[in-house]
Amino acid sequence: MASLDDLKKRIASVKSTQKITKAMKMVAAAKLRRAQESAERGRPYSEKMNNIILNLSNGISDKEYAPKLLSGTGENKVHLCVVMTSDRGLCGGFNSNIIKKAKSYFSKILNEGKQLKIITVGSKGNDQLKRVYGDKIIENISFKESKNANYFDADKVGKIIIEKFEAGMFDICTIFYNQFKNVITQLPQAQQIIPLNNEEDHNNSDESYEFEPDEDEILSNLLPKNISTQIFKAMLENSASEQGSRMSAMDNATRNAGEMVDKLTIEYNRSRQAAITKELIEIISGAESL
Amino acid sequence: MSEEFKIEIVNPEKSFLVKEDVLEVVVPAFEGEMGILKDHIPIISFLKPGIIKVFSKSGDKNYYVEDGIIEFKNNNLSILTSTIFSVTDLDKSKQGDLLNKAEAEASKSEISDQAKYLADQKVEVLRSIN
Repeated sequence: MASLDDLKKRIASVKSTQKITKAMKMVAAAKLRRAQESAERGRPYSEKMNNIILNLSNGISDKEYAPKLLSGTGENKVHLCVVMTSDRGLCGGFNSNIIKKAKSYFSKILNEGKQLKIITVGSKGNDQLKRVYGDKIIENISFKESKNANYFDADKVGKIIIEKFEAGMFDICTIFYNQFKNVITQLPQAQQIIPLNNEEDHNNSDESYEFEPDEDEILSNLLPKNISTQIFKAMLENSASEQGSRMSAMDNATRNAGEMVDKLTIEYNRSRQAAITKELIEIISGAESL
Repeated sequence: MSEEFKIEIVNPEKSFLVKEDVLEVVVPAFEGEMGILKDHIPIISFLKPGIIKVFSKSGDKNYYVEDGIIEFKNNNLSILTSTIFSVTDLDKSKQGDLLNKAEAEASKSEISDQAKYLADQKVEVLRSIN
């Protein structure tokens, strides 16, 4: 059994850990509100962008000459996966959930005999993936310096992806991120961004638009922007999810630390009592023997 | 009959401006300035760097944009842009920053003709704001 001193030290250390987790929870809660707001504010942009692209692609008469970003290269050999994670840990299952989703997708692709390339955004994803898929990672992007998700970072990622696409380095691009549902639930998502997968929501809008300049030119201008927009959306969702996940993880940690402190205190008191009893017995038996 | 329509300007971070009482909007479309009045036919176009002029009952306002897409439908004008500033809020230092950035971009030699054209446009427009 541990000595009284040891127990005292342990109680103190658990208490100070609890203080840290409590503070982290508070910080995450404050950041979560901000991240959630900006995620909500960012939604109209990506929705409108999607709508316009939908209308445009409906307007394109000849699918064969559609821009490659929309229709794809016509092949399905090389997959690029962009795995978006956080730069910081201590946020519960946030990163592992994305990685798990990504890994199951990776093994599916590899089993089908296709080629796999990975770009990781955020250092935590890179750390977890480089052990198994180290040779597949072609780029690692990290925005440790930026405080909040901003559009310029997203644009940078988008440009890298488009550059690689135009160089013919891959056929299909999928991004992995966590969609923010609420503080407790974040859904890991796999979203295909190249070629644009919008076949399921072809609305039969009979609106005819006038285009200036023509559809093809607008589309070829718009599609790269759309990729940045989708990535930006993913980044916003991710940052809200990260804070939410961290908040609930830290809440749990604080509670667990509290339980542990209680348990240790009981143990401490018991052994203190036992020591006192032992001493008393020793004194009494000493007195009796005289 | 009222001659007003609705304008909505959004950038990736937020909804920048929503106005219901707009009479006319002049946008710097890619192929030249374009004025939009109520009951314009549905149109999609994209913008080059320039000034968006919004004329409304509650006052006129100008905005500087670097790029964007516009969509007009059912008397709803949506403008999507990544960089937008209200001209009245654009103080000298910010304007100088943007101008320097645009000038640096325009003076690069390895960029494509289109990028060069856009950068030149930016410089020109920023110089004209005063």
